Amino acid sequence: MAQTVKINVTVNGEQVEREVEPRLLLSDFIRHDLGLTGTHVGCEHGLCGACTILMDGEAVRSCTIFAVQADGHELQTVESLGTPDNLHPIQQAFIEKHALQCGFCTPGFLMTLVDYLGDNPNPTEEEIREAIDGNFCRCTGYFNIIEAVKLAAEKMASH
Amino acid sequence: MKPAPFEYYAPTSVEEALATLQNLGYDGKVLAGGQSLIPAMNFRMARPAALVDLNKIKELFYIKPTDDGGLAIGTMTRDSVVEKDPLVAERFPIVPYVVKHIAHPQIRNRGTFGGAIAHADPAAQIPALSVALQARFLVRKQGGERWVNAEEFFMGPFMTVLEPEEMLAEVALPPMAKGSGASYQQVSRQKGGYAQAAVISVVVVDENKRCKDARVVLFSVGETPILSQAARKILMGNLPTPEAIAEVAEKISKEEVDPGTDIHGTAEYRRHLVKVLVRRGLTEAFERAK
Repeated sequence: MAQTVKINVTVNGEQVEREVEPRLLLSDFIRHDLGLTGTHVGCEHGLCGACTILMDGEAVRSCTIFAVQADGHELQTVESLGTPDNLHPIQQAFIEKHALQCGFCTPGFLMTLVDYLGDNPNPTEEEIREAIDGNFCRCTGYFNIIEAVKLAAEKMASH
Repeated sequence: MKPAPFEYYAPTSVEEALATLQNLGYDGKVLAGGQSLIPAMNFRMARPAALVDLNKIKELFYIKPTDDGGLAIGTMTRDSVVEKDPLVAERFPIVPYVVKHIAHPQIRNRGTFGGAIAHADPAAQIPALSVALQARFLVRKQGGERWVNAEEFFMGPFMTVLEPEEMLAEVALPPMAKGSGASYQQVSRQKGGYAQAAVISVVVVDENKRCKDARVVLFSVGETPILSQAARKILMGNLPTPEAIAEVAEKISKEEVDPGTDIHGTAEYRRHLVKVLVRRGLTEAFERAK
C-alpha cells in the first residue's frame, strides 16, 4: 500500500481536505483530484509556464511542486479570476488585444500577470518582457500579449 | 503519476531533519525548492527512495546581517527573496543582479539559495557566485557541523563534498573588501535560459588603482565553477590595463576552461565567448571598483 498523506489546502477560497500520494504533482492534484482543468499542463518539468498558479499569492509552477507541499497553503487557479460575465481586467485585455490564439498557454500567462501587475502596476515594455519570460506561447509571437499587458495595467489603474 | 514512488518526510525543525537524514543514509535526499530535483524526478532520471522536505522548517528561511558587514543566508531562502532584499542589494549589489538571471520569476519564487549550491549544476549561477564571493557553507549533521569554503565544496557536475547524512544549513558571505567592484556577464540563447558561457568577476584595487585581488569565476564551461588562477597571476600588483585584461581573457579561454559541444554551440564558440565575456567583465569590474 503506497503511503498517503492527508493535506488541507485552501483553493480559490475554499477549504479542501484530501488524502494524496506524496509523488502526486500539484498540477495533477488540481486537475484530477479537484477537477479544476483551467490549469494546463504543458512540459511538466518547469519550462513552459502553462501550469502557473498562485501559492500564497506568488506565481509558481504547479508541475514542480508536490501536492503534499501545498498542505497549509493557499492556492489560486485561473478559475478564481473572473466569470464570463465579469472578466478580470487582464482577461478582458487579452480579448481586446487578441493576445491568444489556441489559448493553451493563456491560464499560465494570466496567473503570472496577476502576481506581477499586483506588485508592479506600471511596467515598461522591457519589464513586461522580463515578467513573462517564463511563459511560452507558440501562437502569438508575444507582441499582442505585451500590448494586452499594457492595456491591463491601464484598466487595473482605473479600477 | 510522473515520479517514481518515494517515502516522504516533512520535518519541522533542523534537528528532526538531521535525525531523519541520519536514519535514511543513502536512501535519503533533501528536497529544497525542488526546481531542479522535481523535474529530474518527473523524467525519472532521479528516483530517490525517500525525500526529506525542508520547506516546513521555518528556521532555515532568513537573511541576517553579520557584524563584519557580511551576510548570513539561511539555506531555504527563496531566490526571489534574495533578489529583492534591500540589505543584500546594499552590501552585495552583484548578488541581486546575478540572481535575476536565474531561470524565470515563477522558478525564483520557489528555488532556494542553498538548494542551488547543494545541487551543484555546473550551469547554475549561485555556486559560481558563492566561489566569487568567498562564501563559507555551514554543513550540519546529527551531532555535528563543519564549515566548508565554497572553493572546496564542488567536486564535479552535481557532486559536492556533502555526505548523505549532511545538509547545507547556511551560506555566509564575508563583506566585500574596500576598493572592490564586481561584474556579471553571460550569453544565453534566450532570457532565463542556461548560459552557454558566463563569468562573475570580483576585483579589488588599492588607492593607486593597482589590482589587489581578482576573482574571476567561469561557469557553464566546465564541470564545476572555475576560479581563474591566470587572472590573479597576471593582474595582482599591476594596473588593470586593457592589454593586461586581454592577456587574462586569452589565457583563460585557451587554458582554464573546458567547454563541451552541444546543439546550442560548439566548444570552440564557447571558448570565444569566454574570451569576450572575461574582457568585458574585468573591464566593468575595475571601472566599478572603489
